[in-house]
Amino acid sequence: MRAIFGITLLLAVATVNAAEFSSRGNFTSEVRLFTEKPVDPRQHGDNLSLSAEPDWYWSWNKEQDSLVVRPFGRLDQGDPDRTHADLRELLWLHLGNQYEVRTGIGQVFWGVTESRHLVDIINQTDQVENIDGEDKLGQPMIWLSLPRDTGIFDFFVLPGFRQRTFPGVHGRPRTQPRVQTSQATYDNPQGDDHIDLAARWSQYIGPIDIGISYFDGILREPRLIPGTDSKGLPVLVPHYDTGSQLGISLQGVFGAWLYKLEAVYRNYNEIDNYTAAVAGFEYTVSSFLGSRYDLGILAEYLYEDFGDLPVGPFEDDLFVGFRLALNDADSSELLAGVIADVDDGSRVFNIEASRRIGDSLKLGVEARLFSSIPQTDPLYGQRHDDYIEVTLGYYF
Amino acid sequence: MRSVFCLTTIILFWSTGILAETPQQQGHAVVSELHARDTGWHDQFAKMKMILTNRQGETSTREVRMYTLEVPGDGDKSLSIFDAPADVRGTAFLSHTHALQPDDQWLYLPALKRVKRISSANKSGPFMGSEFAYEDIASQEIDKFTYKLVAEETIDGNDAFVVEQYPQYEKSGYTREVVWIDKARYIPLKLDYYDRKDALLKTLTFSDYQQYLDKYWRAGEMYMENHQTGKRSTLTWTDYSFRQDLDDHDFDRSVLKRLR
Repeated sequence: MRAIFGITLLLAVATVNAAEFSSRGNFTSEVRLFTEKPVDPRQHGDNLSLSAEPDWYWSWNKEQDSLVVRPFGRLDQGDPDRTHADLRELLWLHLGNQYEVRTGIGQVFWGVTESRHLVDIINQTDQVENIDGEDKLGQPMIWLSLPRDTGIFDFFVLPGFRQRTFPGVHGRPRTQPRVQTSQATYDNPQGDDHIDLAARWSQYIGPIDIGISYFDGILREPRLIPGTDSKGLPVLVPHYDTGSQLGISLQGVFGAWLYKLEAVYRNYNEIDNYTAAVAGFEYTVSSFLGSRYDLGILAEYLYEDFGDLPVGPFEDDLFVGFRLALNDADSSELLAGVIADVDDGSRVFNIEASRRIGDSLKLGVEARLFSSIPQTDPLYGQRHDDYIEVTLGYYF
Repeated sequence: MRSVFCLTTIILFWSTGILAETPQQQGHAVVSELHARDTGWHDQFAKMKMILTNRQGETSTREVRMYTLEVPGDGDKSLSIFDAPADVRGTAFLSHTHALQPDDQWLYLPALKRVKRISSANKSGPFMGSEFAYEDIASQEIDKFTYKLVAEETIDGNDAFVVEQYPQYEKSGYTREVVWIDKARYIPLKLDYYDRKDALLKTLTFSDYQQYLDKYWRAGEMYMENHQTGKRSTLTWTDYSFRQDLDDHDFDRSVLKRLR
């Protein structure tokens, strides 16, 4: 991993003078307002947070080589564990004849569904950022991509495992008890020192896009096991299993209908196997009621089977929602949905809205509401963590 | 003498040709000639700046780099990369258009590193919040419309054919479009769009035409006015270049992840 850093940095320094440079990025302020008192009195109330994410790009050798550097940093008022920095990307791309090689720290996303990202496994989730699982930590990698007429073939060597981040003692929303990341355990005798491997084939056939992926190494999603910290207080301890994951993603476009499917089969080395799937559709009514608006209706079914393990949060769940795009000059959008557990009746509501203000500012509103969560549900700890988030981002 | 004779013959042949046909055949012939004169450029690049103006005069700007590949016998392929506004910088739109089948379209969202297949069913929806609909900016394959020559007029000092075209694809927002085509250069000068109630909805005016490679005319400005809302959108095209040796690989899904 150090070698990759070294090589990439050397390249960066050596070529900066001759390179084409461009930059973009954002500074974002965030306020979270909580509607209830926390379950644990140590957890914070209303919270202010600031983040920065510049993205620098150099290209040289007639754009056959390029380097992306994208650091991220956050300052958080209430949770010292959310005050954190990460190198999201530090990636050198070389374009060859019919191949692409990327070396350094990168980000890769696989997936098609809206309510859950099952197949996506290269990058670890930066969970302390947001519980929606869409923020990812930079992953050290060597990534070979072969675009062919028969599809795109991707191969990954992934040295350097990253632990999932979790909110600290004062953090919110979070599990009860909190997750103690410093006590994390591994199947792997060398702990996080392991080189993971992955491959993916993706192709489209007419209106259908398909992706089949395989991963072998330390699985990104930890099991949270009850334990105690050094003071004897209860905590959840992440355990990282070693195993493999076979994933498939499918998406079909038929007129205004989008059909989506993601499914994974995980083979754990030490415990029972795991299967999970998300399947659903999105139907878009364009020029809704004679207006300029587009209205999308979304529905997805979430299934997972842990074998002998205790149930996860999405064992038998239904997601329904709608997406409204005003198609105005400010790109105003609204996505609202609910994930309901068919068995225990618990519901999590999500609302995300955004619009641009002028040319450089973007206003976002996000709300998450946890409703009717029974004691047996893994989300029970977050039952008093309903919040409304307002963000204002400056983009350059 | 010989050349004068030739010219006379051509004019005679041309006029009788037009007269012998129905208005539908004449309209089709004019548009066919427009298409025929605009083939063979192979690939094209241009920068587009779009200024949206609302009824109150407030403006909003978008900037896009657009690559296009000519595909003989099918619709063109295009790749658009957004440079402004800043919050969508790096977003890319890839389109493989087809004459009869639905177009294949992908959107790349840089914040999530996500390549998203999107539906091309929404023909009449606004493009980037502008007064241009997706169907206005899509590759105009000849089979997408039927035609009728309705008049010959002089517009801004240019002799023009006036052709009505009727969308044959599903979900169009228009009953008909009326296009003024310059007789000398076979290029569109003006387009009126009629909504589903056959009321005049929008007018598109082309200006600042320049010729490239001694053959292909490209407008420097396209001005769209919505008569029903008072909103306007102005497209300004600059930095045109042609025949840069682009091929199918430059319009493959795999390029989306490495664009800048």
